Amino acid sequence: MLTIKVLGSGCANCKRLEQIVRNVLDQMALKAEVIKLTDYKDIMMYNILATPGLVINEKVVSTGRIPAPAEVTAWITEALEPAVS
Amino acid sequence: MTTITENSNARSTKQIAFIFFLSAIIWLAAYNLIQPLANWLTYGLLGLADDSRLGESLAYFLYDVPKIILLLGGMIFLITLLRSFFSPEQTRAWLGGKREGLGNLLAALLGVVTPFCSCSAVPLFIGFVEAGIPLGVTFSFLIAAPMINEVALVMLFGLFGWKVAALYMLSGITIAIMAGISIGRMKLENQVDELVWQVKPNRVQGPAYKPTWSERFANAWLSTKEIVGKVWLYVIIGIAVGAGIHGYVPESALVDIMGKNAWWSVPAAVVLGVPLYSNAAGILPIAGALIEKGAALGTVLAFMMAVVGLSLPEVIILRRVLKPRLIAIFIVTLTIGIILTGYLFNMIL
Repeated sequence: MLTIKVLGSGCANCKRLEQIVRNVLDQMALKAEVIKLTDYKDIMMYNILATPGLVINEKVVSTGRIPAPAEVTAWITEALEPAVS
Repeated sequence: MTTITENSNARSTKQIAFIFFLSAIIWLAAYNLIQPLANWLTYGLLGLADDSRLGESLAYFLYDVPKIILLLGGMIFLITLLRSFFSPEQTRAWLGGKREGLGNLLAALLGVVTPFCSCSAVPLFIGFVEAGIPLGVTFSFLIAAPMINEVALVMLFGLFGWKVAALYMLSGITIAIMAGISIGRMKLENQVDELVWQVKPNRVQGPAYKPTWSERFANAWLSTKEIVGKVWLYVIIGIAVGAGIHGYVPESALVDIMGKNAWWSVPAAVVLGVPLYSNAAGILPIAGALIEKGAALGTVLAFMMAVVGLSLPEVIILRRVLKPRLIAIFIVTLTIGIILTGYLFNMIL
């Protein structure tokens, strides 16, 4: 099961990141649980310094920027096949 | 798995160097063509008289708009490229264990170059304080980062020259250091919201992001488009008003109300500047025209600092982690620093 968390207090960039994640999931024809963490208490559990942050299966993959869709695809692929590195 | 963006991201370093070189040449050519073109349009094509008010205003407008937009595009691209070599995580590591003084200086300098968005002020604040960075040092960073922002610097450079831009940067850094040291001395750790101390990060940080050159260029291009896209309209409106003032307001009309000897003009400019967050792009061209008519430069610099450094949205965001007393001390310290800087420049310039 894939769990993707978008960390951010609701700024424009956080919404864009969430949109990118949803588009990539559609493109890969994958179902995943996309959670938005907006409370700083929850966000800071991941020890990030800049929003938006992206967490895939509890692993922080990006902070403080909007990654390209290709990167998001690669991270999701990696999360689904942990044996292949 | 193939993706749509792979092609554009996979340009070779040689291709990028070539595109960059070509753009630089086009940029320089365009920059040098603006002045003759503006004059030719105004006085040649439209046939306005050399000393007419309308002619002066129009030539000023036609020259300043493309000049400022080109400068914004070119310089913000270079600045964001430079910033891609810094990250908040790296800055936190550098600031860890630094004491008052050196720590404040380093924090203010890193505030200039580290990519920063006021929407990230809270995680950054918590992350710094959690890592044991002193409160005063954290504040030096939080003051310098928004105050010395790229749009403010480029506009000052384009409208007033490199000396004024450098002066602005230097005094911004000085204010950030002094205000940070003052706040650090006041021992206000108990004025930080409990939330900050409750947070217990339990996960290791993700891998540091090391972009390739092609990613650095692509990211810098995207941010440049975004920033210029946000401010261009304000720039045009601001320059239009400035051009009107340039052509129609008589010389030295403003000496009495905005000149060096009007002592109240500096605090008035600061009070006016606080609610005008992010419209610096539109206000500076107007300020530039006002200076021409007798307003004092220190007053304008203080105004600029109040606009970008003392922004209401950031104060509201920081309210989540700071108790009201610390927020008040932060605002008052910064305001005093900015007002003193305004007076200082009015005295020495």
